[in-house]
Amino acid sequence: MAIGDLLIDVQQVAKHYGEGETRVDALREVNLQVHAGEVIALLGPSGSGKTTLLNIIGCIVAPSTGRVELDGEPVFDGHWLRGDLRKLRLDKIGFIFQAHNLLPFLTAEENVSVVLDLAGQSQAVGKARARELLDYLEVGHRAPVKPSHLSGGEAQRVAIARALANRPRIILADEPTAALDSKRAQLVMDLLRKLAAEQEACIVTVTHDEKIFDRFDRLIHLRDGRLEDAGA
Amino acid sequence: MNLALKDIRHSLFRFVLTCFGLGLLMTVVLAMIGIYNGLVADALAIVKAPEAELWVVEAGTQGPFAEASSIPADTRDAVARLPGIAASGAITYQTLETESAGKALRLYVIGYETGRLGGPSHLIAGREIGTSHFEAVADRKTGLVPGDTIRLGRDRFTVVGLTEEAMNSGGDPAIFVTLADAIALQTEIAPAAERVRAARGATPPSANNVAAVIARLEPDADVELVAATIRQWKHLSALSQSDQENLLLASVVDRARRQIGLFLGILLSVSAVVIALIIYTMTMEKLKQIATLKLIGAPDRTILGLIVQQALILGGSGWGIGLTLILLVKDNFPRRVLLEPMNAAVLAGIIVVVCLVASGLGIRAALKVDPATALGG
Ligand SMILES: Nc1ncnc2c1ncn2[C@@H]1O[C@H](COP(=O)(O)OP(=O)(O)O)[C@@H](O)[C@H]1O
Ligand SMILES: [Mg+2]
Repeated sequence: MAIGDLLIDVQQVAKHYGEGETRVDALREVNLQVHAGEVIALLGPSGSGKTTLLNIIGCIVAPSTGRVELDGEPVFDGHWLRGDLRKLRLDKIGFIFQAHNLLPFLTAEENVSVVLDLAGQSQAVGKARARELLDYLEVGHRAPVKPSHLSGGEAQRVAIARALANRPRIILADEPTAALDSKRAQLVMDLLRKLAAEQEACIVTVTHDEKIFDRFDRLIHLRDGRLEDAGA
Repeated sequence: MNLALKDIRHSLFRFVLTCFGLGLLMTVVLAMIGIYNGLVADALAIVKAPEAELWVVEAGTQGPFAEASSIPADTRDAVARLPGIAASGAITYQTLETESAGKALRLYVIGYETGRLGGPSHLIAGREIGTSHFEAVADRKTGLVPGDTIRLGRDRFTVVGLTEEAMNSGGDPAIFVTLADAIALQTEIAPAAERVRAARGATPPSANNVAAVIARLEPDADVELVAATIRQWKHLSALSQSDQENLLLASVVDRARRQIGLFLGILLSVSAVVIALIIYTMTMEKLKQIATLKLIGAPDRTILGLIVQQALILGGSGWGIGLTLILLVKDNFPRRVLLEPMNAAVLAGIIVVVCLVASGLGIRAALKVDPATALGG
């Protein structure tokens, strides 16, 4: 596969929580590059820093030191380089939540189109895009349903649709298949692979799910906040 | 996409219930404001009813409402002859208890000279008193209707007409009778000791006395000048209409007014706290959803709009429900509940301010919430 644009460039990033006696080093001098079209898995025991790394890439948590570039744009260098991180997230990053993190008062369709609404798109565009994604993810027939009436798998696919709504180039997922059976989990991963290829996006997924390991281009192991890169 | 409305529709039943609860609270607040206004209006009604400009009372008293006053009935002739007096009338007031339809009824008996000042200001049914004896015009709130008879003292009176909004500051509805009947009634129900004295042959001091003489002036007459003239008669004193109104508010209803006023203040504070609490809790319950919104890139404007709009819709509905309910039930109160449009407007203003302050507290928390909490990791 031809190597695409460098979308995620994490350089010498460290993150610690607390100080002195209570100091926890969640990440120590991590370097990670992810290119367009790549689908990678973050693996590691609980507490090894997977979520922290994902949150740093998603501009939700500030690193203690280091540099972060997203889609060619420097966003962190000792401090945030942009004031409007939420706009950055809206434009470039899609989060796939653990299931049931949809807004309960919106229908499946609205949960997807709200992202486009926030991005300033017209209602018609938002609706059309939401329909298209939901159909693509085979939950189109559930569009007018509120999340509380969706099954775990359906809710997860709606969450994926929302993450993709604004065509982000960086898709971050924290255990996206935890709520799914193994057949559905593999279907979801196949789908993400396809999307990454089609939209020239990259996907970083935290997972424990050995059944889907073969769906990744790279498996990255974290241990005590350090990376141990291991190709697939 | 209006998130505030979508969220309300999602939990509509609960939201409506909250609005309704708030509406009931607003009903109580508005009722209290109305009772307060009604108390003041009722107290003044009795002073305002005769549309007098001058009150002639017993020297050294602030009668006839704040203090007892008793002056000879013929004072009216003397007053009528003064220059500058256009109209006058002698008037008596007494409270007595009688029975109507088997129930005790407290009445405020007003005696006036038919054809002169002091009678019922307007009739809503029946006619005015025509004969000099045993006819009465009663306030609507007595429950009497024209044709009814009622015992006052030893005699039965026939109700010939109805008026409204005539009562004393205690809320006892008024019944108007002729001055002659009222004076007779006054002597009848005078204290026993006085009756004993009367039996011995002494003239009872109250015989043929009235409480006050009221007067209306010629257009060019000066109230103060006429009052000064009257005060030269050593046994008389004179008060202007505004003196009389101020006196009544300051002495007779002041404590009741302060009582209700203070209670109203407490009620308003409680309502403010309740509204603030509801809105704050509403926001706190949504913190996780707000974190989700931040995560998917919603600007502060969107989050602010969600909270403020819901707060205002809640406050507005509560106010509307409260106003509707009070307007529906206010006439069933035993005493007057008087609401001015201004009162409702001021309450609306207070609610808006409380809602905004309460949303401010919620917004502070909402803006601080970490988008990472939405990830649940
Ligand atoms: N907000 C936080 N405050 C303090 N310590 C934290 C916080 N978030 C994570 N940690 C700590 O950082 C380490 C890495 O956590 P995390 O990134 O959640 O690991 P993983 O997702 O691999 O389980 C853990 O020891 C965790 O206790
Ligand atoms: Mg984790």
